[in-house]
Amino acid sequence: MAEAILTATDLVKYYPIKGGVLRRTVGNVKAVDGVSFELLKGETLGIVGESGCGKSTLGRLLMRLEEPTSGSVVFDGVDMYAQKGRAMRRLRRDIQIVFQDPYTSLNPRKTVGDIVGEPFDIHPDVVPKKGRRKAVQDLLDLVGLNPEHINRYPHQFSGGQRQRIGIARGIALNPKVLICDEPVSALDVSVQAQVVNLMEKLQDELGLSYIFIAHDLSVVRHISDRVGVMYLGKMAELGEEDEIYGRPTHPYTQALLSAVPVPDPTLRDKREQIVLKGDVPSPANPPSGCRFHTRCWKAQDKCKTDIPLLEPRPDGVAEHLSACHFAAPREIIETIDLTEIDPKAQTAGA
Amino acid sequence: MTEASTIAVGAETSAPSQGQDEARSLTSDAWRSLKRNPIFWVSVVLIVVFVLMAAWPSLFTNVDPNAAVLKEARQRPNGNAWFGRDIQGYDIYSRTIYGARASILVGVFASIVTVLIGGAMGVAAGYYGGWLDSVVSRITDIFFAIPLLLGGILLMATFPNTVDSPYLVVVGKVVLVLSLFGWPGLARLMRSSVLQVKPNDYVQAARALGASPWRIIRAHVLPNAVAPMIVVATINLGVFISVEATLSFLGIGLTPPAVSWGVAISDAIVALRTTPHILLFPSLFLSLTVLAFIMLGDAVRDAFDPKSR
Repeated sequence: MAEAILTATDLVKYYPIKGGVLRRTVGNVKAVDGVSFELLKGETLGIVGESGCGKSTLGRLLMRLEEPTSGSVVFDGVDMYAQKGRAMRRLRRDIQIVFQDPYTSLNPRKTVGDIVGEPFDIHPDVVPKKGRRKAVQDLLDLVGLNPEHINRYPHQFSGGQRQRIGIARGIALNPKVLICDEPVSALDVSVQAQVVNLMEKLQDELGLSYIFIAHDLSVVRHISDRVGVMYLGKMAELGEEDEIYGRPTHPYTQALLSAVPVPDPTLRDKREQIVLKGDVPSPANPPSGCRFHTRCWKAQDKCKTDIPLLEPRPDGVAEHLSACHFAAPREIIETIDLTEIDPKAQTAGA
Repeated sequence: MTEASTIAVGAETSAPSQGQDEARSLTSDAWRSLKRNPIFWVSVVLIVVFVLMAAWPSLFTNVDPNAAVLKEARQRPNGNAWFGRDIQGYDIYSRTIYGARASILVGVFASIVTVLIGGAMGVAAGYYGGWLDSVVSRITDIFFAIPLLLGGILLMATFPNTVDSPYLVVVGKVVLVLSLFGWPGLARLMRSSVLQVKPNDYVQAARALGASPWRIIRAHVLPNAVAPMIVVATINLGVFISVEATLSFLGIGLTPPAVSWGVAISDAIVALRTTPHILLFPSLFLSLTVLAFIMLGDAVRDAFDPKSR
């Protein structure tokens, strides 16, 4: 087994809610509440979950764009949150981010050359000044853009091309880890496939590790080696791609998967869709015990009081990490067997 | 699959590249639309003329503005004195030309000072936030409660000019007063546009790359946040000129040895009913200057507003 390049332990991020005349803290939005995982060298870890479950906050914590309330991230043997000044700047070279919205992630007043070359300006020791233009053009070439467009402005490119520019900026410093915060969700489907394929190609060529945050289960399945499912700031289930998609044991994962569109119309009728009742509770006042108990059809008294730990639980074949007291594979999904559907066909249909 | 994607990549990159490959930024787009705007050109021509008048009045007249010919006082416009003569017998044309300097100096310097102070305060409040933001915002609130003219009257009346105050001291005092009450508006404007720019992902990306706050402000925040302030500062320039004239008219801005449109208007008031031309020319030039700057500000604002295109 490959060694871990990034280890997050009990990451917590609370945003204080200020109220009253004196702006006293009256509560906390528990955006990320005790998340632990490992990212192995060269792998892709997918993080899925619905809007507001803390996926993006997790990404920003891993980039240290936000300071955590508690918890630690060990990156390549160093404690990230203990670094200061130069050491932190040095560390930033090795972990970079690609943003969701290709329209706000590029400065509209800078040329592509300035945008992709900015990492070299901030870290001048990476590439000598004379070689920068060439380095930027090589990067543009690498992500499938015309190197001659170096003097163009972002608004002269399409969404997919802009996302390629964002990726070029992310990989400019040759990082070890690239955090992709919903990199394809703002793109239309055909362009999504191109960008995802580009990211896979770059991973092979540069040996990158990805944390791929998304809400599109099919895209995540296509690119990920392992997948983590988040619900209300906590990790509900974490395992290999076929474990999560083939034999999920957490009711929330099962509900999510049952909502994925099935491209084959003959299978569509056989599938039983799990419709959850109610809305996601407010992260400012999450349910006690298991956070999912308010919407779970399996919930019992124990779920309201005891917080289920993310630990290995049997999934019918072996066992993988799941945070449910009553973790069990669900028969109905097994009979439909999403794994038998060609994953490529599924990506195209998403 | 790889084949399919490479073909698609080729199609995607070649699509928008037909025709010109010139670099077009927001600024150059704005310039292109400005060039087609007649209002912009009218205001630019007017401003250039007034600035020339302020810098080199001798280009326009060789009559000494301080040479009084008392026996020709109140003369109507004629071939000798194009705009006539005022109650002291001064040549109105020459006085009007020389009067431009005070107005332009006051307007330009008050604008520069307000842009510097207001811009710096606004960026600091918007970018750093927290207690700094609270302090700056409360200070601007306090200054906002005092009307520009009232504040000007109060301060200028408290520290009046004497007859032998040097010209630059007199002008400097007016600039100081206008700046003191003019910066909070710009600071507020700048703060709000910085707040709009700051959460953009390109600012976050620069932070993630390890850029220093100074670099982020200089390279990313300022270029994207400065346009509204420049527009309002241009319009303010006209406002400052008219407030300067008002203060001079009230006898507390620039005072008589200095030649200015406000002083000239003030002098002309006594003879308004018998010889209105004495009032007409300085007022006309004052209005044209103010109008020119406001039109320029409007034109620039339209050019920078993508919605108007």
